[in-house]
Amino acid sequence: MPTLSLMPPEFRVARDDNKCIKCLACVRQCGFDAQQYDAEDDRLYAIDANCVNCQRCVSICPAGALTIYKNPPPMRPNAHWTEGHLRNIVKQAETGGVLLTGMGNDQPFPTYFDRLLLNASQVTNPSIDPLREPMELRTYLGSRVEPVTLEECRDKTRTPLVPIETPIMFSAMSYGSISHEAFASLARAAKAFGTLFNTGEGGLPEDLYEYADHAVVQVASGRFGVHAGYLNAGRVIEIKIGQGAKPGIGGHLPGEKITAPVAETRMIPEGTDALSPAPHHDIYSIEDLKQLIFTLKEATRYQKPVSVKISAVHNVAAIASGIARAGADIIAIDGFRGGTGAAPTMIRDHVGIPIELAIAAVDQRLREEGIRNRVSLVAAGGFRSSADVVKAIALGADAVYIATAALIALGCHLCQKCYTGKCSWGIATQDPYRSRRLNPEIGAERLYNLLRGWSHEIKEMLGGMGINSIESLRGNRLHLRGVGLNEVELKLLGVKHAGEAM
Amino acid sequence: METLNAKSLSYQALNDYIRTLLDNGCRELVLKNVNGQRYIGAGVRGRARLEIHGVPGNNLAALMDGLEIEVFGNAQDGVGNTMNDGTVIIHGNATDIAGYSMRGGRIFIRGNAGYRVGIHMKAFRYKKPLIVIGGKAGDFFGEYMAGGTLVLLGLDLQPGEAIVGNFVGTGMHGGEIFIRGQVDSFYLGKEVKAVPPTAADQERLREIVGDFARYFDLEAEKILARPFTKLIPYNKRPYGTLYAY
Repeated sequence: MPTLSLMPPEFRVARDDNKCIKCLACVRQCGFDAQQYDAEDDRLYAIDANCVNCQRCVSICPAGALTIYKNPPPMRPNAHWTEGHLRNIVKQAETGGVLLTGMGNDQPFPTYFDRLLLNASQVTNPSIDPLREPMELRTYLGSRVEPVTLEECRDKTRTPLVPIETPIMFSAMSYGSISHEAFASLARAAKAFGTLFNTGEGGLPEDLYEYADHAVVQVASGRFGVHAGYLNAGRVIEIKIGQGAKPGIGGHLPGEKITAPVAETRMIPEGTDALSPAPHHDIYSIEDLKQLIFTLKEATRYQKPVSVKISAVHNVAAIASGIARAGADIIAIDGFRGGTGAAPTMIRDHVGIPIELAIAAVDQRLREEGIRNRVSLVAAGGFRSSADVVKAIALGADAVYIATAALIALGCHLCQKCYTGKCSWGIATQDPYRSRRLNPEIGAERLYNLLRGWSHEIKEMLGGMGINSIESLRGNRLHLRGVGLNEVELKLLGVKHAGEAM
Repeated sequence: METLNAKSLSYQALNDYIRTLLDNGCRELVLKNVNGQRYIGAGVRGRARLEIHGVPGNNLAALMDGLEIEVFGNAQDGVGNTMNDGTVIIHGNATDIAGYSMRGGRIFIRGNAGYRVGIHMKAFRYKKPLIVIGGKAGDFFGEYMAGGTLVLLGLDLQPGEAIVGNFVGTGMHGGEIFIRGQVDSFYLGKEVKAVPPTAADQERLREIVGDFARYFDLEAEKILARPFTKLIPYNKRPYGTLYAY
């Protein structure tokens, strides 16, 4: 039972007793103990205060007897003191703790993707039908040096380019933050589709090394599970500096989530907190970053491209320039909508900048400096559809990372309670009773379907513009127009306003 | 035994030579005139022995797995960064973050060490990393430490010189630190406490100091004559109550 709170429940569970067949599926499946059964009275009831509105019970109820309602806000309407602020204050008055949350920033900041529109061909050049004509989505990630001389071809310190069959990869989610089943679903789907998944900072479980050729293996400040074998097994190595949901801070994976297999993969004792320091303490400058990049390249004999992932922050363009000059092959930029398994709410909701502006600024800066060819740019942070992907590539990205969208494909309903480890959908949990609800084979199929659908839509949009290769779209901002954006925004995005001609 | 003259070789060329020699079965390699070349031994696996004359550059033995490296000179930052296994013996000083995230193996430093030595050191199954420092160490000694053993001997200290800097063991949540002599509590981070070493600890210290003395031709008994202070974390979840659930 929850302790008495000054706040009324956020949600209400309504059960239609005429429909309910008392199968108790809801009681068994609720990860948060909101659904209860009183065997003495043979009565089902709900503890509304426990409900997080994850929709698990609603989805699995065979009789369709359940509905979750938002509890009407009990307060007098107040545009400044919103219900969210009141809830937070009460929670902190009761616990004295730092507010935690999961998934991405849910505040009503502008989404620039929704203010950008794409072009299409009419009369003056033909559009292309991807169903019948060749259309190239394959993207090569890595550093391109030009012009290529014979000397450079013999250069042993050039890392290879990595092809992906669609410009969409799965973003970093560690084993520990998500279940083995969810992790395996991502790995299988990435392999089947010919793209990459990302291990996050929790290492790669032994039984998934067969997928390592499709893995971006991450090296973060805690160096969990990082050893020469892990680095050599992966396809790309990624140094994680920051994450869109929590720029500038580290991570605390609580001891409860460090079960035996997670501990094994992270190579730490069971039950201990997995603390990732905020900075890498061997990186205090671009020169230090260069040192870690080349340590990893030396350790893998220049066979793996090295990516550096940062969050989109105010000075992102200059930082990206430094990263490119430090010898990174890929720069991944995570916007402020990027998700997380756990982050302090204030950080998630108030730090960072939109990915659209960050990508445009970085691409522009690297081109001005003549070093755009040295790196691939990967954009991340809240991509909701193939249209978002196309717009990001037109703004200058080579490819994108998706994570929230992938989890939604696996069943996530964005209840934002990942940090509790109680996920009813078997995704953000280490409890085998919950995690086995997610079948990795079915999960992989759903992810594959998502990639297939988005990839085809991207081809349709490309074809409409009269382009037959994703490479021709990269940084092609003439294919974008802004609507309702002011002059500064248009300038930063490098696009004209809708209605303006070529 | 092979000998390689590192004079005016770039780190890439030098490391390429080293790896090629080790790949071809070389078990003992002497590097002469090493002068700041970085990443020596980085990511190298195996049982060979490297002898380095001169000053190796940053990230010596990073991600290394099994080699024995003996340095006749000083070492720079990041010795044994994320090292998995092996032994590094340094006959001079080492600078910052020696043993960062080290998971296994042993580092012996005859002289002093810089800041944040042993930061985020871990232990895993039978792996228990060890760093022994003959002289003094800088601030944040053993910060975020999650496992393994740090031993600080404070040999040859000048009168009035402190054996260790401030904030010892901040964020520490595993492992143990042994400091020879007394450490005033204001040096310690708030996550650690000082306890007297047990009889088993004494036995292990005897072994560790014995190895140290052997590598550097010192008298173990003299070093052990002074009692040690043992530092351990209060618990393995220092930030367990920080959040509002």
